[in-house]
Amino acid sequence: MRVEFLSGNEAVAKAALDSGLKFYAGYPITPSSEVMHYLARELPKNGGMFIQSEDELAAINMVVGAALAGVKSMTATSGPGFSLMQEGLGYAVMVEAPIVVVNVMRAGPGTGQATKAAQGDVMQARWGRHGDQVVVVLAPSSPQEAYDLTVKAFEIAWGLRVPVVVLSDEFVGHGREVVEMPDKVKEPEPGWGSEDYSKPPFGSDDPRKPPPLPPLGEGYDLLITGSTHDEWGYRDVHSFETHFKLVKRLKEKVLGNIEKVFMYEYFGDDEADILIVAYGSMSRPARTAVRRLRATGFSAGLLKLKTLWPMNYDVLRSYVKDARVVIVPELNLGQVVYDVRIVAGNGTVVVPINKVGGGVPIYACEIVEKAQKVWGEVLEEALQP
Amino acid sequence: MRCLRKHFSRKYLREEVLPTPFCPGCFNGVVMNAMFKAFEELGVERLKGYVFVSGIGCSSWIPSPHIKADTIHTLHGRAVAVATGVKLAKPNLNVIVIGGDGDLAAIGFNHLVHAARRNMDLLVILVNNLVYGMTRGQASPTTPEGMRTVTTPYGAYEPVMDVAELIARTNANYVARWCVVNFNQLKNSIKEALSKYSRGFRFIEVIAPCITYVVRYEGKTPGQKIKELMKVCRPNTETPYGRIGILKAEDKPGYLDRYFEYVKRATEGDKGE
Repeated sequence: MRVEFLSGNEAVAKAALDSGLKFYAGYPITPSSEVMHYLARELPKNGGMFIQSEDELAAINMVVGAALAGVKSMTATSGPGFSLMQEGLGYAVMVEAPIVVVNVMRAGPGTGQATKAAQGDVMQARWGRHGDQVVVVLAPSSPQEAYDLTVKAFEIAWGLRVPVVVLSDEFVGHGREVVEMPDKVKEPEPGWGSEDYSKPPFGSDDPRKPPPLPPLGEGYDLLITGSTHDEWGYRDVHSFETHFKLVKRLKEKVLGNIEKVFMYEYFGDDEADILIVAYGSMSRPARTAVRRLRATGFSAGLLKLKTLWPMNYDVLRSYVKDARVVIVPELNLGQVVYDVRIVAGNGTVVVPINKVGGGVPIYACEIVEKAQKVWGEVLEEALQP
Repeated sequence: MRCLRKHFSRKYLREEVLPTPFCPGCFNGVVMNAMFKAFEELGVERLKGYVFVSGIGCSSWIPSPHIKADTIHTLHGRAVAVATGVKLAKPNLNVIVIGGDGDLAAIGFNHLVHAARRNMDLLVILVNNLVYGMTRGQASPTTPEGMRTVTTPYGAYEPVMDVAELIARTNANYVARWCVVNFNQLKNSIKEALSKYSRGFRFIEVIAPCITYVVRYEGKTPGQKIKELMKVCRPNTETPYGRIGILKAEDKPGYLDRYFEYVKRATEGDKGE
């Protein structure tokens, strides 16, 4: 076990190195630059390639190229840079390139507030690309989780041949805490595993199993294209069957493995009356709030989402159904609250707490006050004749 | 019945995808032929170890799906970026980018010029057909002034971009421009760029006017156009398409040479403060 005092950004970089990262391309942007600074120093010494690209479009495409060549690769960015990477992310979905993209969220839109934390990129991380596609989105809440979830991100990306977005934020990225790291991380093996490259590289009988991707340069004559293609990579930009089969498989590949991909933690009373659903840095004041509510006699619990996409609505529903009040604190104007509304029944009151800008968090006391106020209203309504 | 010998280039092609989807008379075939002849003369029997990266456009379809090698068909303009990733991840591979003027000089010019500045170890072949051929012949950065296209119905008025000259001004090792009528010179250039100058950034622009949207708009037959090009595009002369010939041929250390130098500094005591 190694113990170090790290910022979230450094923890991400360290986790990537431990997972076998050998290629990093990135463009400087606040508040994610420390990931790049760390790797600029460490990668050349560890047999890896580091390149500062001309823009984020280049960064993500270089990373895709390296991943297709069979090398663990990653890029990190923030806000506007993440918007530029959407095109490349969609391409990575289509060619099934196992890449990891770190987005350290800041306040937007536009240039916004570059140095201030926010959680406004959840919907963009999920739906930012055109067309039908699924990527995996993980949200760490601390430097420790930044480390753990980045290791997990490589595991999922290489296991399923899918891009994974690590959705960190400024609080996590710049916050410094003690991080415990195992001595050795098992380098993620391609989930397709078998060396049997006679199988088609873009199709599989079981859609939940990613097809094998032979390495470049070994004489397999790979046909890789971002256009609609059949299981051998031959472009087919006309037929309904090929396209429908392809996009359905790309979706099923991730959703069919939701048990492996969807991660969460629960803290508090079983079948709590007041449930807080939170993620990333805002799950920390939420935890304090739950502790305070329970200390004052309320039945309360925190559902901390570590995976924001694909959402396991069954799990979410199983927690929300018992609650009378669900509070969703987010550093945006309301994004994950829609997921909670989807699963909440008529008897559940869903209350968002939204704040964004200036690097101001949602304080635990605000969550407690809101919870008590709404709980009071619910009781009052229930007691009315 | 006559027994036909297979054309030599068949061994470099995925025969199952033939015929190509190019318009009859398209100069893409000339570029393909020159490239294959270069491989043939270099004694390359099988394109193992070569990766062809292309973007979106007519000329991007030259490698994908036709060439029997590893081919990556990327997003519009991003071919050079993906190729950079491939080359850096697997330095022993020969990475060749083929793209058009829209792909490499417009949407992807930032990647092109920075790869040239880095002297990235890539061979880039720009097939300059003067328009966006795949999307109905809109004007591109290389469309000659005065030419009528669907987006310049009253005649193009923006000045032309001289791509080869721009790239020659960067740190690139090898820059040449040929017209499709300079077939042997083009073939020799590709050969040179894969043998004598095998490191750093190598850029070959091929003037190949779009048969459908340039030649037909000019009211000429392909034959008339070829005759005209043969008159105009003499090696080492100034032409309306810029200077034809080898603009630059050096053998400076490429990006990888310099990177490995840098790695040496990092591993041999430089603290990086």
